[in-house]
Amino acid sequence: MIQHKTMNRIADKLGQEGKILSIYFTAGYPSLNDTEKIITTLAENGVDMIEIGLPFSDPLADGPTIQASSTIALKNGMHSGLLFDQLKDIRSKVDIPLIIMGYFNPVLQYGVEEFCSKCAEVGIDGLILPDLPLDVYLREYKEIFDRYGLLNIFLITPQTSEERIRLIDDASNGFIYMVSSASTTGAKTGFGEEQTSYFQRIAAMKLKNPLIVGFGISNSETFSLATRNTNGAIIGSAFIKHLTEKGVASISDFIKRIR
Amino acid sequence: MKSYQVDNNGYYGIFGGAYIPEMLYPNTEELRENYLSIMEEPEFKREFQQLLQDYVGRPTPLYFAKNLSEEYKAKIYLKREDLCHTGAHKVNNTIGQILLAKRLGKKRIIAETGAGQHGVATATVCALMGIECVVYMGEIDIARQAPNVARMKMLGAEVKPALSGSRTLKDATNEAIRDWINNPVDTHYIIGSVVGPHPYPDMVARFQSVISEEIQSQLLEKEGSCNPDYVIACVGGGSNAAGAYYHYLDNPEVGIIAVEAAGKGIYTGESAATSALGKVGIIHGSKTLLMQTDDGQITEPYSISAGLDYPGVGPMHANLFQSGRGEFISITDKEAMDAGLRVSQLEGIIPAIETSHAFAIFKHREFNPDDILVINLSGRGDKDLQTYIDYFDL
Repeated sequence: MIQHKTMNRIADKLGQEGKILSIYFTAGYPSLNDTEKIITTLAENGVDMIEIGLPFSDPLADGPTIQASSTIALKNGMHSGLLFDQLKDIRSKVDIPLIIMGYFNPVLQYGVEEFCSKCAEVGIDGLILPDLPLDVYLREYKEIFDRYGLLNIFLITPQTSEERIRLIDDASNGFIYMVSSASTTGAKTGFGEEQTSYFQRIAAMKLKNPLIVGFGISNSETFSLATRNTNGAIIGSAFIKHLTEKGVASISDFIKRIR
Repeated sequence: MKSYQVDNNGYYGIFGGAYIPEMLYPNTEELRENYLSIMEEPEFKREFQQLLQDYVGRPTPLYFAKNLSEEYKAKIYLKREDLCHTGAHKVNNTIGQILLAKRLGKKRIIAETGAGQHGVATATVCALMGIECVVYMGEIDIARQAPNVARMKMLGAEVKPALSGSRTLKDATNEAIRDWINNPVDTHYIIGSVVGPHPYPDMVARFQSVISEEIQSQLLEKEGSCNPDYVIACVGGGSNAAGAYYHYLDNPEVGIIAVEAAGKGIYTGESAATSALGKVGIIHGSKTLLMQTDDGQITEPYSISAGLDYPGVGPMHANLFQSGRGEFISITDKEAMDAGLRVSQLEGIIPAIETSHAFAIFKHREFNPDDILVINLSGRGDKDLQTYIDYFDL
């Protein structure tokens, strides 16, 4: 039953008209107990989907902004068990898809099955674990994810071969996370011809999954460029920077400037 | 027969694999598909052997340490990796990887370094080949390893400080990986130890395996047998140990002893004894034993020796530990420093502090008088002189 509901939350959202705006934030940042406030405010301001970052000590794919927010979140005392506590009533407050994004080791230590079970319990719809490779997922964990109705979202990059993109498309449910350029998060600002042709090239592959672009989106211009040929875009570092500079109270200013 | 070598999927038992973000997939795939065939090319082999001989100074001697043998009542041989160009075994791997990088058409080399030995070995081969070199080093290590920073600069490398986390080796490795994500096409990452995603642990072990290959023929000449009773090496990430064990891994006649850094004591909270303190987890793209919190955050190790100051251990070694094939012993700072001083005075050889840990095992373990031991003398102590001076008030 949970599975049915979950599938619908992401599928419903992606089936609607218009482009998806998804926001990433690091749980436990700026303050330990901001999680619920950030999620509800984002939802009130029309954000379509949220990625809740589970902080990790060694975030390999992240640039300085998300690294720093993770370090502070961990110092504040964030951990998996606490995040689930903070999320236990979230489904009575927001209806949009919620995804946890993090690195694999904290999930492994929590216990993959236990982690998935908790996600299902609080109403998480999917996971993005960039360092859990496709082959290991399919061999060892897919069955668990499926049992709890969790979607596992995979990344592709401009360097990913067409053959591998097809493989990832086959293994995916929900959407494919298109990393906009060869970079860590927050490393590049603005898109050039290279990105545009990459977006067009992937769109032309007519994959079964919708495409959502992440990395390098920071304002309305990059958002509209990223979503011209795709279904939506994710903003992370730029939002974290905004939280650092302006605080949780000014979230609506940030969202209004995107669209 | 059970093998302790890597399997076809890049695992040693349950350890290893490639737990990497998709951004790194093409880079590691390119290596995985090419490293074995390149290493088999006759021209590659010839060039590698030539450089090891004429540039590094191989074969390094296998020296019968008479005084140490008398002191500790066993037949002790020292494999003199300290006599390699740049002062440690690290250069065996950097020569191999730079030749490989050239064949893959790479124009830029990146590396991580802790104490600076691997950074210097990388900067050295980049100077030799005329390739751009960027070395990531923790900000704290840059401050405490000034001579090696100067050596790298003199060799033409750019030394970039890692400013995140604890600003030591773990963070330098993170920064190098991030650089590789941002430069996926023209850059090769020369990892300095048997860590990281497959195929790195196996590739680095193969380049270092020249050590055990030489031990076999040298021991045959001296003792009439290729096999010592024990091969002993210090283990941080574990590259010198992997090289010393390599040809003996699947030979049950040869005992394998790995010596880790206990820092101020295994349970003091200031230790790098991964086998005692680590749990299965993922670090730098590999599933292995690592020091971490219950919540899966990687913790900071401590050792007086920068080269052993790593919170994980290569997957080959995690498997040697878990399977019981290897015997693991932890040595404190004090035991290592005292052993380093004793070896200096008995044999006239000042070992690197990493290697000094291996010489301290005699306090923890007895051998039969006719046991043949090979201790891998992985590096010389010049780089550690200031630490020795401060410690012994010389």
